[in-house]
Amino acid sequence: MIKHPVTLAALVLALFGLAGSALVAVVHHVTEDKIAANERAILLQQLDAIIPADALDNNFLADTLTISEPDFLGAEETTVYLGFKNKQPVAMFFSPVNAPGYAGPIKLLIAVYYDGTLGGVRVLSHRETPGLGDKIDLSRTQWIHSFDRRSLANLPLQKWKVKKHGGVFDQFSGATITPAAVVDVTKKTLLYYKRSGQGLFARFQQQSAMDDAEESADESE
Amino acid sequence: MSLSKSEAGDIIRNGLWKNNQALVALLGLCPLLAVTNTAINGLGLGIATLAVITASNISVSIIRHWVRPEIRLPVFVLIIASFVTAIDLIMYAWFIHLHHILGIFIPLIVTNCTIIGRAEAYAARNSVGKAALDGLSMGLGFTLVLFVLGGLREMVGQGTFLQGAELLFGPSAAGLSLSLGDNFHGLLFAILPPGAFFFLGLLIALKNVIDKRQKSTRAVLVNEPARVSS
Repeated sequence: MIKHPVTLAALVLALFGLAGSALVAVVHHVTEDKIAANERAILLQQLDAIIPADALDNNFLADTLTISEPDFLGAEETTVYLGFKNKQPVAMFFSPVNAPGYAGPIKLLIAVYYDGTLGGVRVLSHRETPGLGDKIDLSRTQWIHSFDRRSLANLPLQKWKVKKHGGVFDQFSGATITPAAVVDVTKKTLLYYKRSGQGLFARFQQQSAMDDAEESADESE
Repeated sequence: MSLSKSEAGDIIRNGLWKNNQALVALLGLCPLLAVTNTAINGLGLGIATLAVITASNISVSIIRHWVRPEIRLPVFVLIIASFVTAIDLIMYAWFIHLHHILGIFIPLIVTNCTIIGRAEAYAARNSVGKAALDGLSMGLGFTLVLFVLGGLREMVGQGTFLQGAELLFGPSAAGLSLSLGDNFHGLLFAILPPGAFFFLGLLIALKNVIDKRQKSTRAVLVNEPARVSS
């Protein structure tokens, strides 16, 4: 039999490692579908709240592009959800857009209509000070609704600031950094959309048209 | 093997009061202070901790005879980490909103010294039944402190109580949330980390006062008959 106590100890330890992994694997297997469904439902709920479901008729959770525009959107990678109705582009969701908050990035979801008007902005996650910076969260105040229907056309670029800095958006007493960061990154998102947004729609439509053509070519073979 | 009534009583009293891990042992302070900004957050993390400590105590007690002493700590850590990961996944699946709020503090249950402390000090030396009861009592004691501390800070800090009850008990519990009125804006201090230390200090002081009072009444009861007989 095994003589070295160290070998035996290592074996016992390995056995427990195996048992532990098995437990986690089983639980993971049981919860996997539920977790995926949860994430999907939450995303859908968030998107729905900004742009009403009947405004879109495509499966926008599947019709996505991944872009990397850290200068505009703050995040290394941002997923863009494209919303269509009757094959016409309607709106685009950016998730996440990162604003440099007081305590780490504030992750935002930003919806922009095809014409460049904001559908709305929502906070996905943040670590701002409770009672001060967390007023950006819809569960605390309605502040985030001050972005609804704004656009670069109906609000000049130099007004995209908090009031303290000469803009139109409210700051919170005791917290200016947080709202200023959110306003700034929202403005940059609109600038990005102005530059490339409609191009993204065109690119995606071209791509899916090509996929469709390929598919029908496959079928005809 | 079997558990006598007085033993069980002792174990429960130890967990809930005499050796309360949060108020007496002062273990697990990191989650204790970080998540107790509302009663429901505290309760959520408390229940998760309760589940982990009970499961780990039972497992450690079961294997106590055939794990060599040199490797018992790594084995305990493995067991605890596995249970915490499982609980994390389960909460993500069924209490997703609460999971979002508690975030990093669920995986951090691994580092809660209460759990490894009970595994090492109690479960590794006692029968499965006792270890299970010990885990339950210690976990319950910890949960109660989290809940009370969270409730106090929530009431003073933002003027509500049980806000977010629906995150834990489903939509029908939304009515449980109380508000102290819209004019009460709260004392920000209570929500911030220093407030957590402050209110924990108050709870510890309160417990000490109660203990002292009990001791003095017991002393009087003991002394009384002595005086009568003399």
